[in-house]
Amino acid sequence: MIVALLRRDLARFFPLTGSGAALPVVFFVAVAMLYPFAVGPDPATLARTGGGIVWIAALLAAVLPLERLVAQDIELGVFDQLRLRDVSEEAMMAVRLLAHWLSFGPPLILAAFPAAALLGLDGETLRLLLIGLLAGTPGLAAIGLTIAALTASLRAGAALSGLLLIPLALPILIFGAGALARSDAASLGFVAAISLLLVAIAPFAAGMAVRAAREV
Amino acid sequence: MQGSPAPTLAARELACRRGERLLFRKLSFALGAGEALHVTGANGTGKTTLIRALAGLTTPFAGEVETAGGIGLLDERVALDPDLPLGKALAFWRKLDGGDERTLSTLGLEPLLEVPVRYLSTGQRKRAGMAVLAGRSVPIWLLDEPLSGLDTATIGTVSVLIADHVRAGGIAVIASHQPLAIDGLRNLTVENYAPAPEPAE
Repeated sequence: MIVALLRRDLARFFPLTGSGAALPVVFFVAVAMLYPFAVGPDPATLARTGGGIVWIAALLAAVLPLERLVAQDIELGVFDQLRLRDVSEEAMMAVRLLAHWLSFGPPLILAAFPAAALLGLDGETLRLLLIGLLAGTPGLAAIGLTIAALTASLRAGAALSGLLLIPLALPILIFGAGALARSDAASLGFVAAISLLLVAIAPFAAGMAVRAAREV
Repeated sequence: MQGSPAPTLAARELACRRGERLLFRKLSFALGAGEALHVTGANGTGKTTLIRALAGLTTPFAGEVETAGGIGLLDERVALDPDLPLGKALAFWRKLDGGDERTLSTLGLEPLLEVPVRYLSTGQRKRAGMAVLAGRSVPIWLLDEPLSGLDTATIGTVSVLIADHVRAGGIAVIASHQPLAIDGLRNLTVENYAPAPEPAE
């Protein structure tokens, strides 16, 4: 049953199969592409600030899939039907979290290669960026899922979820981008720890939010 | 149904709210194997709220629901992915339920299997939802307006499906404005349980 759920979720959210699911990756690369146009092509400036821009792009790209992540299935009644088949909301959300991360984390990490090339980042920066994204994107996915579930029954949910995600993702950004500024991998440990905590909490928080959405 | 203990569905002193408004209170009934209940009432009196409380999806304001046996729900949200062709959307639920495909032809869905769900009409969607429900082997059927949007011929087909289910030892609770041709059908009018109007002062 869990496998069938994961398959369905991946079919809907993975960039190659889901409709509109490639948008976050395209957006992410587009930001990296636009940045040199905006600040000028000076390689030193780009190499110094490029890593931070990639992090901001990743954070904003995390906002894009939130609108469809939970609200649509509440509207369709999918969560209700699964509940009647004795699947707990927590299990549904844990599967959704995994599917959401798989459809946006790894593609973003792959897209970081062309983005780094566009910004002229050096090998060490790229290495820290990749490890940072690997450690940070599960946390971003967890925050995103929780917010998407909490705002699913609100009319302005989509706009609100973007506003809510940004402050909550700040610790990941600070430690993730901070590692680049100091060329120091130690703070990536913090990113991983924050991610781990968020991933552990998210299915329960999102599951409660899905249940609460029925009581309106 | 199949070798499982007899299903039961009972509501005891049930009261439900929507928002701040109390819709009904002290609503009680008990259904056993082979019994069906027709829930009637004007729009907004709480038929859907009652069905969702019976399904255990919402917590009643007061009272309790007791069930023995699996519950299947058909309401206006049939939980089929709008972007997928109907056949694939149905296949997802069949994979979870392990049900059969017999009702597909009974409900006239076979010509529609290649059509994306978003192009289906309300009635066709409802028929698909009925096919998912009939494919599950659950004894308790909760049906919220199962006949709305259906053409005359399909109303007959769905009524027969429900009647067959009840005759085979199932339970059905049907919220509907239409009359139903099912043997031994009991009636419950939600308005009868509406709270007394506030004394005018």
